[in-house]
Amino acid sequence: MSAFTGTGRLARLALRRDRIKLTAWLLGTPLLGLALASSVIEFYPDEAARLSYADTALTSVVARAFNGPIFNAELGSIVVAEAYLTLTLLAALVSTFAVVRHTRQNEETGRAELLGAAVVGRHALLTAPLLVVVGANVAAALLLGLAFAAAGLPLAGSLAAAGAVGGVGVAFTAVAAVTAQLTVTSRGANALAAATIGVAFLLRAAGDVLGERNGLQLVSAWPSWLSPLGWGNQVRAFGAERWWVLGLPIVLLVGATLAAFGLARRRDLGAGLLSDRRGPARAAAGLLSPSGLLWRLHRGSLVGWSVAVVILGISMGFAADEVNDVIAENPAAADLIAAMGGGVDDLVDAFLAAMLGMFALVIGAYVVQALLRTRADESGGVLEAVLATAVGRVRWLATQVVGAVLGAAVLVLLAGLATGLGYGLAAGDPGRWALHLGGAGLLQLPALLVVAGLVTALLGLVPRWSVSLSWAVLIGFLLLGQLGAALDLPQAVLNLSPYTHVPAVPAVEVTVLPLVLLTAVAGALLAAGLAGFRRRDVPS
Amino acid sequence: MPVIAIDGLVKSFGAVRALDGLNLQVETGEVHGFLGPNGSGKSTTIRVLLGLLRGDAGKVRLLDGDPWRDAVALHRRLAYVPGDVNLWPNLSGGEAIDLFGALRGGLDRRRRDELLERFDLDPTKKCRAYSKGNRQKVAIVAAFASDVELYVLDEPTSGLDPLMEAVFQEEVRRLTGNGATVLLSSHVLAEVEALCDRVSIIRAGRTVESGSLSELRHLARTTVTVETVRPLTGVAELPGVHEVRDVDGRVRLEVEPEHLDALLAHLIRFEVRALVSAPPTLEELFLRHYDGADDGRAAVADSGAESAR
Repeated sequence: MSAFTGTGRLARLALRRDRIKLTAWLLGTPLLGLALASSVIEFYPDEAARLSYADTALTSVVARAFNGPIFNAELGSIVVAEAYLTLTLLAALVSTFAVVRHTRQNEETGRAELLGAAVVGRHALLTAPLLVVVGANVAAALLLGLAFAAAGLPLAGSLAAAGAVGGVGVAFTAVAAVTAQLTVTSRGANALAAATIGVAFLLRAAGDVLGERNGLQLVSAWPSWLSPLGWGNQVRAFGAERWWVLGLPIVLLVGATLAAFGLARRRDLGAGLLSDRRGPARAAAGLLSPSGLLWRLHRGSLVGWSVAVVILGISMGFAADEVNDVIAENPAAADLIAAMGGGVDDLVDAFLAAMLGMFALVIGAYVVQALLRTRADESGGVLEAVLATAVGRVRWLATQVVGAVLGAAVLVLLAGLATGLGYGLAAGDPGRWALHLGGAGLLQLPALLVVAGLVTALLGLVPRWSVSLSWAVLIGFLLLGQLGAALDLPQAVLNLSPYTHVPAVPAVEVTVLPLVLLTAVAGALLAAGLAGFRRRDVPS
Repeated sequence: MPVIAIDGLVKSFGAVRALDGLNLQVETGEVHGFLGPNGSGKSTTIRVLLGLLRGDAGKVRLLDGDPWRDAVALHRRLAYVPGDVNLWPNLSGGEAIDLFGALRGGLDRRRRDELLERFDLDPTKKCRAYSKGNRQKVAIVAAFASDVELYVLDEPTSGLDPLMEAVFQEEVRRLTGNGATVLLSSHVLAEVEALCDRVSIIRAGRTVESGSLSELRHLARTTVTVETVRPLTGVAELPGVHEVRDVDGRVRLEVEPEHLDALLAHLIRFEVRALVSAPPTLEELFLRHYDGADDGRAAVADSGAESAR
């Protein structure tokens, strides 16, 4: 028996387990690519518009940091600049989660022990998921390339751009293969890989901000070359393509796989290299209640979210100061921002309002994941033990809702404060702007209350479907918010999202009625969810 | 007044009838063994008792209350050890014990420390680092350090080693010595024999036997092996005699206890040379009920199909 015996079988098992997730990935990537490419193509119909875009992209620090370098003023270059961050982050995260799900999570739950005791080689447990995830990245990249070509872009550039995205996926597949060896928990392995993605982003952003402009081409500085996210840009899709750069992720994959094999040889199944610290022998008094436990379990994630929101908020604030320059020569983009920001003429205010709306959408994900923890506790069995104590069901679930909503309140407030601070630092009067936008951020809370109400209702009434439906609903709101304005969807459809009803402060005046109505809807949903949870079987 | 009184409890999950008219009576101060093959409905019954599941039909009383309606008030008076203990991975064992104790309404710090020592459990380890046995100890310590009237234990010792099993038995005796009642679901027959005053055996969601161990023994057949000078005839026709077989020139048979006397009277007429009479072991007692559990499940499926029609 070799160290790889059983790899094929395990790969088929992974394919079977992930058949729905993989299908969504393989279909979603090209569809998203097609949507992004089509909207860009519509936006920059003529040479003048493209040249002005290129000029901004090369001068603006914010554009360089977030969109990366461009290499000419062709449509394809603009598509890459606009779509690259979204597509690569998606590929990196999906690849990471998939690798960890089939490696560390198997060890954590004990499944790997069962598999390892069967006729399965030592390295098969890692090799099989790597084959599946790398294969999925290659397939998704091919489909994405075809989608770009179908949108009307040149074929070679389309394939290079899609290859760059696939390469990022492969690179973080490699990273996750290593982090899965280091930590004991799958949460830890995912967090470590996600932190690596963050570092890769910062390195690439630094390299591109420090890069040199050469005509319509940006020559990135060396930090970009240290980042797998930077490699994708350096392929220079739709420019003079450098295909050899696509070899870098493969080199990383081979190196990381060998390193992971080496680490796996040196450790026991189920153990990590970063060992667990000990905890206190007695609980602190603050832990000994449902709310104390809630704070303990969620504080780490809330701190992480806060840091991310503050960094992004300050960046967005700085970006707002450049809005007038960026948009001045592009009426289509100006219309879009005005539409997203409440249909007003002051583009800076509209941009700031649109950003706060975006933050509220993303913070919706915090609310969803915080509340769905109840479902994980139920499936895992610990909820049963808790509800067998003198803690009532309604009190338990209500505590979770209050915790999620308070967390969301902190995050929207921080988002507003940070955005205001960033804008104020660039345009003057940071203190006033921070307070102004902090207040505007809190106005988003009723929409988040509705999200919390929806998840609670799903948990109480259709527990088995609560996880998939909660995320589906949030993604629906995200699409309505993002594409609704661009696609000119009818108002009746847009009204389905609670975010549509939040007044776009600071672009427009505060109106109280929609906020009251949203809160009322949220209250009804919460009541339905709590009532359902009180009546239903646990576990069910 | 019984601590637990279940009468005709029915609980279905979709088309599957998990509990099918189950009865269970547990008196104050006793250790009541709750036995049955895997999948027979033990955990479902316990979840109904804890107000986690709602029964479809039948009467359930717990500590003179309604386990569904009065859940919170009743839970202050009981402690539960689940069969499959799951804990918060990033809490230490000591924190988990204190948390469960506090959520239940307080625990005895001195007892807690004493139990930690007796069960040889390190409370500073993170819960995710514990083995199955140690996770179970966390739940046992948290439950036993609470001063309550009823302890509901669902296969509490399935991961413990023999030494810890002995400690567990001593601690259960200490609980009942203080007047508490224990419902113990278990597959460890030696544990049941050592601890339980009475047992209830369930199969396919129904109670098939209930009583003290000696009562159950009395209901079961005694195995008799006999060697006679003259060939033995006519035993199979005697009342209460079953499974007559020839084994190496001896006759082995099973007889119901109340017919033992008539059997002996019959046997001496053939000049008994050797005779061995063995009362049923606990194992035989249970296996008789556990055996054919598959038929039971088929019956469950049938009745499920019927109710679906």
